[in-house]
Formats: sequence, C-alpha cells, structure tokens
Amino acid sequence: MRNPPHRPTTESPGVRIAATLVCFLFLGVFLVLPLVAVFVEAFGKGVSAYFASFQDPDALAAIRLTLTIAIIAVPLNLVFGIAASWAIAKFEFKGKSLLITLIDLPFSVSPVVAGLVFVLLFGAQGLLGPWLIAHRIEVIFALPGIVLATIFVTFPFVARELIPLMQDQGTSDEEAALTLGASGFMAFWTVTLPNVRWALLYGVLLCNARAMGEFGAVAVVSGHIRGETNTMPLHVEILYNEYNFVAAFAVASLLALLALLTLAAKSFLEWRYGDAIAGRAAH
Amino acid sequence: MVPTRERRQTRFRFRRPSAIPGFPLAFGYTLTYLGLIVLIPLATLVMRASTLGFSGLWNVVTDERVLSALRISFGLSFGAAFLNAFFGLVVAWVLVRYDFPGRKLLHAAVDLPFALPTAVAGIALAALYAPNGWLGEPLSHLGIKVAYTPLGIFIALVFVGLPFAVRTVEPLIAEIDREIEEASATLGATRSQTLWRVVLPPLAPAILTGFALAFARAVGEYGSVIFIAGNIPYISEIAPILIVIRLEEFNYAGATGIAVVMLAISFATLLVINLIQTWSRRRFGDA
Amino acid sequence: MRATREVRWLAVVGMALAIVTTGLAFRAQAQSTLLNVSYDPTRELYRALNQLFAEEWSQQGNPKVTIRMSHGGSGSQARAVIDGLDADVVTLALAADIDEIARRTRKLPVDWQARLPNNSSPYTSTIVFLVRKGNPKAIRDWDDLVKPGIQVITPNPKTSGGARWNYLAAYAYAVEKFGSEPQAQAFVAQIFKNAPVLDTGARASTNTFARRGIGDVLLAWENEAFLALDELGAGTFDIVVPSLSILAEPPVALLDANADQKGTRRIAQAYLDFLYSPKAQAVIAKNYYRPVKPEAANPEDIARFPKVKLVTIQEFFGGWDEAQRKHFSDGGIFDTILKSNR
Repeated sequence: MRNPPHRPTTESPGVRIAATLVCFLFLGVFLVLPLVAVFVEAFGKGVSAYFASFQDPDALAAIRLTLTIAIIAVPLNLVFGIAASWAIAKFEFKGKSLLITLIDLPFSVSPVVAGLVFVLLFGAQGLLGPWLIAHRIEVIFALPGIVLATIFVTFPFVARELIPLMQDQGTSDEEAALTLGASGFMAFWTVTLPNVRWALLYGVLLCNARAMGEFGAVAVVSGHIRGETNTMPLHVEILYNEYNFVAAFAVASLLALLALLTLAAKSFLEWRYGDAIAGRAAH
Repeated sequence: MVPTRERRQTRFRFRRPSAIPGFPLAFGYTLTYLGLIVLIPLATLVMRASTLGFSGLWNVVTDERVLSALRISFGLSFGAAFLNAFFGLVVAWVLVRYDFPGRKLLHAAVDLPFALPTAVAGIALAALYAPNGWLGEPLSHLGIKVAYTPLGIFIALVFVGLPFAVRTVEPLIAEIDREIEEASATLGATRSQTLWRVVLPPLAPAILTGFALAFARAVGEYGSVIFIAGNIPYISEIAPILIVIRLEEFNYAGATGIAVVMLAISFATLLVINLIQTWSRRRFGDA
Repeated sequence: MRATREVRWLAVVGMALAIVTTGLAFRAQAQSTLLNVSYDPTRELYRALNQLFAEEWSQQGNPKVTIRMSHGGSGSQARAVIDGLDADVVTLALAADIDEIARRTRKLPVDWQARLPNNSSPYTSTIVFLVRKGNPKAIRDWDDLVKPGIQVITPNPKTSGGARWNYLAAYAYAVEKFGSEPQAQAFVAQIFKNAPVLDTGARASTNTFARRGIGDVLLAWENEAFLALDELGAGTFDIVVPSLSILAEPPVALLDANADQKGTRRIAQAYLDFLYSPKAQAVIAKNYYRPVKPEAANPEDIARFPKVKLVTIQEFFGGWDEAQRKHFSDGGIFDTILKSNR
C-alpha cells in the first residue's frame, strides 16, 4: 500500500494554505475593506471633526427616529415570530410549507417594491389614501408609514431563527410538562421559551440591525423632511449629497458600529450557547 | 402569541391531532399579522397591476428598457450568486476544517452583510472602487473600471449575498461524518476523488439553496447598488432603480408592472428553494 | 424564568415608546410650521432664507414659525407631493413638475404660474460647465462635448430637473447651430453617448464628478458649479461658460388645498412674497442664484455672474408643457436617443 504524504481525511498542505489564503483574500476584499473604509473616511479630518458631526440637530433627530422605529418594529416582529414558530413547529397541518414561503416572502421582495406597495395602499392616489386624508390620519411620509415599511422588510427575521430550532426540539418537552399538570401557558413560559431564548435573541439582533439600517423601502415612503422623517441611513445619503463626507461617514460609522456589536453579540452567543442556537438556521 | 388559558383541543380537519395547546391562537395570530403586514399590501400591488390588463402589463414588461433592466438585474445576480456559491463553499470549508490564527474573527465577519446597512455598504464600496479610491486607483491603471459600471453592481451584489452562501453549507460540512472520508481513502480513492464523489454530493442541495438565497437577495438589492451603479439605461440600470425612476416620472403603471414581475420572480425563487429542500430531505434524509 | 422577564420588559417598553412617539408625531402638527418641499441644490439657499424669514415674521408680531424642509430630486419630490406629502409650498426645479402636481391632485389651480411675478420664479439660473483645473481637455463650448474620448457627467433628464435644463440647453445650441431638429437630436445623442454615468439627481452627479474623479466635464446648474468651487476647493475646478445656454426658471408655488386644510395660507403666502423682497433677493444672489431684482443685491455678488446668451423655454420650446411632451415623455425624443445610443 502506498503511503500517503498526509492524513487521508484532509487535503495536502499546499491546498490547505491556498484555500486559506483564498478565504482570507475573498473575505478581506469583500467584507473587511469596506468596513475599514467607513471608519477611515469618518476620521479622515480628525477626531474632533468626527464628533462635531453629531452636534447637528438633524443628525440627532435621525438617530432618535431610527431608534424609535426599531423599538416599535422589533417587538412586534418578535411576538409574531414566537406565534408563527409555535404554530409551525409544534403542529402538523396542511399548507404549512406555503405558509413558510409566505413568511419568507418579504425577505426576497425588493425593498423598493416594499416601499411601493405602501405608497399604493396609503398614498394620496392609493387605495386608502382619500379616506385617510379625509380623516386627517398621516401614514405615509410620517412615522407610521416608515414603521410599516420597516416591519415589512424585517418581518421574517425572528420567525426564521425560531422555526428550525423549535422543529428540531420537537414537542416531547412540552408534552411532559403538560402531563405533569402544567397549563399550556406554563409549558410555553417555562419549557419552550428557555429552550429557544438564545436563538430568539439572535433573531432579535438581526431584526434590529436590519430595522435600523433599512434604506430602499424607507426612502420611498419617507418624504425626506429634515429632522423629522429622515432615518439614519437616509441622513447618510443626504449628508453625502451635501458634500459633507466626514459627517456622512461619521453617521455611517455609527451604523457600522451597530453592525459590529451585533456580530460580536452573535459570536458571543454562539460561543457560549452554541447548542441552543443551532447553526443550521439559515435564511 | 402566548396561549392565555388552557384550551380543550379543537380538532381542525386540516391539522393532525396534538396534545399541545394554543394552536388556534398562534395560528390565527400568525395569519392575521401576515395578512395585515404582507398579504394585503402585496395584494394591493397585484390588484393595481391587474387594472392594467394583461396587454397593458405585457406592454410595460416588454418595453426594451424594462427588459434590459431585468436582464441586467438577473444576469448580474446570477453571476454574483454563482461566485458566492463557489467561494462560499471554499470559505465554509476552510472555516470548519482548518485551524489557523484569525479563524474565529473571519467566522464572525461572514455575517457582516446581514448586519451592515445597505446604504453604508454602498458609500463604502463607492469610496473603495472609485477611480481615486484604494482599490479603484490600482485597478484603473490596469484599465479596469469598477465604480459606475456593471462590474461595480456585481461587486455590491456579491457583498449582499455572501453570508447566505457560506451559512447554508457551513453546518452541513460540520456534520459530515469523517469516517466516511476515511473509508473512501482506505478503499483507495485519492483525496480529490473523495471530495468530488463522497463529500460534495450531500452538500449539493445546501449549495443550491445558498445560491438561490443569494440570488433572491441580490435581485432586489437597492441601497448598496445605487451609490455604485452608473444608471445608464440598457447598460448599468437595474430593475429596482428603474422602478424608482418610473415613479419619479409619475408613471405608476410602469412602476407597478415591473414590481409585479419582480414579486412573481421572488415568489418563484422561494418555491424553488423549498422544492430543493424537500427533495434533499427525501434524498439525503435530513438537510 | 429569566427569558420571561426579558420578554415582558421588552413588550412594556415597546408599547410605552409607541404611544409616546405617536404623541410626538401629532404634536408636530399643532405648532406654527410650514413645509417647503424643494429640489436638491437649494439646501444652502433655503437654510439662509428660512432663518431670515423666521426672524422677520416674529418681528412683525407673529408667533414663531418653524420651516420644515424636504430636499430631493425635483421629480421624486413632486411624486411625494402627489402621493400625499402635505407641503404648504413647493419650490421645484421646473414648472413641469408643479404642473404635474396641479394636474394630478388639483391642490392648486392650473394657472398657478401666473399668480406670482416673473413666472413664479423669484430667482433664475443657467447651465454652465465645470471642468478640472486648467481645463486639460480644452473644453470651451458645446461642440467640445461631442468629441470622442470626452466624458460628460450629467444626471438623468428623466429624473432630474437640472438634467432637463442641461438637455434643453444643448438642444437649443444645436438647433441654433445646425438649423435643423434631426441634426440637433443627433448632436444631443452624441453628448449622452459620452456620458458614462447618469445619476438620478444633480447632487449625485456633482459628487460623481468632483469627489469620485469621473469625467472631464460636468453639466451643472450655475449655482451648483459655484457652490462646488466653494465646498470642494477652488483650486481643483474651473467654470466654463458656453456661448449659448438656457434661462432656467425654478418656480415656487403655494399648494392651496394643503395650506387651507392646515390653516397656513397667510404665512405660506407671506413666505413666497418674502422671496421677492430686497432682503431675500440679496441672499439669493449671495447663494449664486440670479435674483430677478438684481438692483437689490450686492453688486459684487452680481458681478460674479458671467454674461451668457440665454434662450428661454417659452420662446424656444413653446413652454414646459410642450417641451415635456416632445422631449421627455414616454417614447419622446430623449427615449429615442437612449435607444439609439445602445
């Protein structure tokens, strides 16, 4: 028998080094460089110019609006995610895969289309527009419209994290709890929720990052009123268009920082509670 | 939602009996919320499009500029997804199988496009690839233009699709039973034969799923592309941008028509993904 | 049970904030505010004008007024107003966009342009070229834009008001020069063939040219060109004035239906009248827009404007309605040009 130069279950050292280099290069060019560019541009004119960017009341208003939107949109999608995953993972019924596809739909719909549908629904020329105007209810070009568009684009995030995990876990734990006399409410509270809490948190993190960062859908329904309906990503574009590159990248760096925190939290969860998140959950 | 009281199990005919309570509430809430947030708005779009009539819709969609925008969108998305599927596999393999300094960091970085707002990615890419940018300048000396060309759009689409390609195959690589590889090697197969004939086939559905997800995401992408796309009709104008342009021309019918086509294609892509997963579950047990 | 508490806490905070923010949204309505929906390059101009107007308004014994601004491409701003953005006044790049609002919403009469002096334009501008320092490609006039190897940066006329003025200025020059429309069309087609990028707005184009270093010449509003020199360094660009250009009249209008519903007609009207006041005209000239009453402005500011032979849209193209239909509508001349340039 020929003696292989290396262990038969792995590649030759040359291939390994080449593949690792490819991996570094690919991720370096496509992921790390853009991120570095944001911070370098943001600090391009020094630290004081960077922090001066946040003195602008319009920037502060944009930050406030973005936080407001996330605080409304994320809990709503969280509750939905729990309900949907409970129904889908714990029960067998007809049309389940259609339901899953429909839940996934907002993820693959173009953000621009998402914005457009709300214009068609709530705009002055839209279906409900005349009624809303007659009753002086502002939806589009105001907070409710922006929140709705955000909820739409972040719709599947929590549900998609929970469904595969809850499907994997099956129903035996809950059945045991019920047999021991727990109410359904108790079984959910004390058995299901603790089992999925880290995946839940991960879903919330992703949902939050997308909610704060959404651009396309929000751009269509925002109306761009300064200090009122400009979210952080929209404000980045505005500053960029005002030749104010340092400020544009400074606000962008806040969003990038949020992304980094999200990733850090996610890595921490994986490292600490790896089994409870189950890496198989892919969108 | 949380079941608020113990219920006697109601038996719907379409559902298999179960001891777990709370189905009507959870299912009802799911459907209601889904209907309000997703289905009714999307139905409005379809309804608006249907007022165009079939021939009206056909005219909108077969307009040359729309066709070429759709072709550019789908062509570039397809290419980007393909590149992602290939490099995603390599990256996933390296991250799971090899140990080297910085592995954990790279592993964490893969999810960046999920978390980084698209507009931020857009201005960052534009800054990098402009003729006076870090990468744009050396490339321009080689005669390669990236920003404001289809290549620039391509790079943005690779960026947004990357995590899908990696994250769908990664867990499967981790689950591969190494004894099978050992057996294959013991039976005399070279390493490349083992990889090609033993390791790769069970990964195929996941690679396809990753490809389809990266594709679906790329087709609709807007935020990161507008900062780097040249927007030249017939050359570097993608479908989502054309929707916005149609809106700005007060051409609601045109915008709605393109939007409905894109919606139909998103839905079809998702159905294909579901089919792949059903097929692989049947073929390989669990995927 | 920890997860329980976290979830409950989140829900309570979420609800509370939802209520507070809805409250805030309504509160904004109750104040004395005015919403001015404008186009891209006017940000600096209206920042200065609004401050001045607010001071003057308070000095006249009126309650304090806050003017809210919305900026974007002229077409997309008009679209937002049509879809219900409740502007009290619109200050857009061209009359066609306000015509579209009037036609589709009936929120203002179709003869809106006759209600204020000078076709409702308190300031005018024109189209000039911005080139790189020292004019390395020796670009002097429109003829130089059609030369092979010259890269022209302009926004997309379909979405940008400024770009429509660019297009019409080039077209007018070509008609004057060749005397025939088909030749003019071929001339303009050649210019667009030399355009490597068609951004959706004027500001994005200036960024592409100035910041990203693409192209040899930028077709820009005169005020944008001057502003680019100010903001991006005078040592890096030169302004070139062509032999013939177009008189661009960005109009302003009161949206009657919105103002009446909100009870802001008096202040909105005062705001528009203020734009014609000597004080405002001076600010307008200072911000590189050509004031309609130059005598009110600082002569030094006026001296900065080069003398250019200007054609008007009224006499040369038969008004915006006609120009819009012939050149920019679906299947119009511009569409034909794009198609032939493929």
